[in-house]
Amino acid sequence: MFKSLFFHIGQYLLLLKQALARPEKPAMYWKEMMRQMNDIGIGSLIIICLISVFIGAVTAVQFSYQLQDSFIPAYYIGYIVRDTTIIEMAPMITCLVLAGKVGSNIAAEIGGMRQKEHIDAMEIMGVNTAAYLITPKVLAAIVVIPMLVCIAAFMSITGGLIASVAGGMITQAEYVLGLQSFFVPYNVFMMFVKAVVFAFILTSVAAYQGYYVKGGSIELGAASTQAVVYSNILILLSDYMIAMLLTQ
Amino acid sequence: MIIAENVFKSFGETKVLKGITTSFYAGKNNLIIGKSGAGKTVLLKLLVGLLAPTQGRILYGERDFTAMDEKAKRAIRMEVGMLFQGSALFDSMTVEENIRFPLDMFTNKTKKEKLDRVNYCLDRVEMEGVNDRYPSETSGGMQKRVGIARAIVLEPKYLFCDEPNSGLDPKTALLIDELIQSITYENNITTVINTHDMNSVMGIGDNIALLNEGQIAWQGNKDEVMDTDNSFLENFIFASPFLQRLRSDALANRRS
Repeated sequence: MFKSLFFHIGQYLLLLKQALARPEKPAMYWKEMMRQMNDIGIGSLIIICLISVFIGAVTAVQFSYQLQDSFIPAYYIGYIVRDTTIIEMAPMITCLVLAGKVGSNIAAEIGGMRQKEHIDAMEIMGVNTAAYLITPKVLAAIVVIPMLVCIAAFMSITGGLIASVAGGMITQAEYVLGLQSFFVPYNVFMMFVKAVVFAFILTSVAAYQGYYVKGGSIELGAASTQAVVYSNILILLSDYMIAMLLTQ
Repeated sequence: MIIAENVFKSFGETKVLKGITTSFYAGKNNLIIGKSGAGKTVLLKLLVGLLAPTQGRILYGERDFTAMDEKAKRAIRMEVGMLFQGSALFDSMTVEENIRFPLDMFTNKTKKEKLDRVNYCLDRVEMEGVNDRYPSETSGGMQKRVGIARAIVLEPKYLFCDEPNSGLDPKTALLIDELIQSITYENNITTVINTHDMNSVMGIGDNIALLNEGQIAWQGNKDEVMDTDNSFLENFIFASPFLQRLRSDALANRRS
């Protein structure tokens, strides 16, 4: 088991080294990166907005329930929704969802290219396939996913406002007061650090799974599933490590 | 010219190639034939560098391909074109984009120059006017021809074809053979073809290497096939009663 683990870690690192080689034609990589930014960003916008609105709403409702019969002021709902969203929910939930949506898509796309000999065809042309197929995806994700996380945070806070005001828990003014209270800009920095690290993990792990796929459709399906499972585990692990590093 | 020098290839305990030494000549159609599992595809993959030999050398002219690092191998690959069994056309690109891809990636030609070259290659494989079609909108034979157009777009010195006729009707298969042959002769390309197709063997086989259990069992050209007394080659090429009858008729005609 450990031998296999070390083998995969080594192979993953070697693939990343190969992917970071100088591009043959930067313009081609730029074009591919733009395509990926569109696929990852625009393609995931609706699902991320929907999920975020409900997460914010649920957080507000649950916290309001916790505050019943307590001496904590009601405007804390806004404060709690804001901070849980920025520090944890927006980057983590967004990236877990994207690991499922984008990660499985990347693994299937690259794995399909491997099976249909597209990667071999590019190799024979002299293309550095690791660089051409992986780097634009990773870079696109690193640019776009923090933007999505930002939008997710905004939508989540908006969801909290809608739920708490519409539910009669607090007034809009109280919620806004909560949002403006005890604001620590450093938390936003932490959110972006998480978004960038998670974006790198979910794209590179998925690309690795797809790039080395062998066999037929069953193996391709398995690679796609593994891409999601391993990305999720690594995202949660790195979430813990970032939290430890940035809050000490 | 490409030379395989005492090439061995094993996968774990399984020895697939056991000391292949042969040459593939410029301006000729060099065919690799043999039963399924004889090691043809492995040899082809070794020649293009998709696999590394366990032992032995592959020489492109005097350049030792096996001793090169990845960067140097990529430079050699600029001189290589390959037609895959399944064509390996990129699904998300149109025919034109597929053929233009190597030009976009490796040349600094203007848009017009690239388009002219793409159209020339399409014209060369008799596929004019399909620039905007996607691979899924073309037939198997058309995909093979687009694959050839993509393989020759950078004017390669070496052309590799893996089962170029598989899955095609006899007439289209003949057309593909004629195309490969004329492109080889016109441009003095070293063409290496991995095939099962006996029409190809007898039609365009300038230099034929027969593989059996990872070794060269026979080497010669299409004319020598007819006169062979190599029993393995005889059993392989003239496997069906129809081909046996054709051969005996041909030999009888030659004697009379």
